[in-house]
Amino acid sequence: MAYPPDYKYTKEHEWLAIEGTTGTIGITDYAQNSLGDIVFVELPKVGAELTAGKTFGTVESVKAVSDLYAPVSGTVTEVNADLATSPEKVNSDPHSSWMVKITLASPAELDALLSVADYEKFIAEEQ
Amino acid sequence: MSVNAESAVIRKTALNSAHRQLGARMVDFNGWDMPVEYPANASRPTGGLIAEHMAVRSSAGLFDVSHMGDIRLHGPQALAAVQQMTLNDASRLAIGQAQYSALLYPTGTFVDDVIVHRLGHDDFLLVINAGTREKDVTWVQNSAAPFDCVVEDLSDRYTQIAIQGPSAWRVLQKLTSADLSQVKFYWFTHGTVCGLPDTLIARTGYTAEDGFEIYIPSDEPTSQRVWSELLAAGAEFGILPCGLGARNTLRLEGALSLYGHEISDTITPWEARLDRFVKMEKPAFAGRDALAAQQERGPERILVGLEAIERGIPRDGYPVTAPSGETVGYVTSGSPAPFLKKNIALAYVPITHSGEGTVLGVEVRGQIVKCRVVPTPFYKRPRPARSAQ
Repeated sequence: MAYPPDYKYTKEHEWLAIEGTTGTIGITDYAQNSLGDIVFVELPKVGAELTAGKTFGTVESVKAVSDLYAPVSGTVTEVNADLATSPEKVNSDPHSSWMVKITLASPAELDALLSVADYEKFIAEEQ
Repeated sequence: MSVNAESAVIRKTALNSAHRQLGARMVDFNGWDMPVEYPANASRPTGGLIAEHMAVRSSAGLFDVSHMGDIRLHGPQALAAVQQMTLNDASRLAIGQAQYSALLYPTGTFVDDVIVHRLGHDDFLLVINAGTREKDVTWVQNSAAPFDCVVEDLSDRYTQIAIQGPSAWRVLQKLTSADLSQVKFYWFTHGTVCGLPDTLIARTGYTAEDGFEIYIPSDEPTSQRVWSELLAAGAEFGILPCGLGARNTLRLEGALSLYGHEISDTITPWEARLDRFVKMEKPAFAGRDALAAQQERGPERILVGLEAIERGIPRDGYPVTAPSGETVGYVTSGSPAPFLKKNIALAYVPITHSGEGTVLGVEVRGQIVKCRVVPTPFYKRPRPARSAQ
């Protein structure tokens, strides 16, 4: 599955899409593939504060529990409620199945994230 | 997610390259490089743990279980030796019949659980777990030493393949001369399978479903040929190769014990609710005295089934709490149940908290998820069709 070229990525396998001061966060195809069938996604509430590098939720497959790490800091403005009833969408369409939208606290944090080329190189080394 | 490069001693079954060709995700399971699941890919559009689990419940799945060990005991006193070292009554077995049983320490706790097959009057095959293979072989050799019988570790001689599910018999029947309709559950026969004469075909499994386990020579070409022929024969039934992930969720729905989880060297059969296999009335066996003592005073804790009644997934090792908030037990195995579509667990709790309907908590990463004590097994297969047995 192709990784969207305009997204930013983390080494913990989250993606971040930027639109103005809004960031949209999800997990990558590599992450969903490693986890297997996803059955449960636990997300923060609107208004929650995320801190770059800290956990903000969990995603569970049948076999495993995995933490979600915030790529950047910000305030949650929207949560994808769809994932409460259809968590398997993260498997079938990981790069569209977003988890939360946030208002970025510090756009300078974006510089620490990986470009698509860097991320693809990173996962090639992981495998 | 990272590959276990440092495990130089990791063992592989003869089907290892077949699993890799199928795109399996591999894990280190008790020192064995085994498939955990076979994700869907371009050449196999259906796959992954849940699909594999559902294939076994609805039709058929194929498992490599060659990591299991096999010990044969034969000789004039083989029956006496088996009787002394196991808790079930092997004298009740007819030739061609198998039984669930276990090896106990003198403390009444588990060395391992086993399936005992009676190959002949004084000839038995014990199928044992992968993680306890060396320990079991030594234990069986020492236990059999006073008896006039021969103990052979045949573990590396067999590739063991399980064909499981309501259509398993149809799949296997295409490849064998044996009349499978004549083989009842927990019986076995010998017949030609994929051209291999005198193959042991047992109607056993670990999925709470009908199915067979076959024991074939462990050389790679033979093993891979039979594996491929089974997949091809099962294609019309939608057979899927299944990994250890589905094997675990299938056995959990059936509340079947797993060594190191529901049973271990600190747990007795009374606690594990395996009473029906313990034959206290047969001649003395290892662990019997300890079991008699515990039976008299009654076990303090017992294995129960739990079903989550709130959002959250109980998992292995999570604490079980009473309504007061006090920790009273622990989860031995917990998982989403793909067929039942519930989150279920097996757990040890005090007898006082074990009644059906009791509401307990499971601590899931700091949060209490309410669970109800429910009867086990969680899943019971529908009565088999007459033509199948």
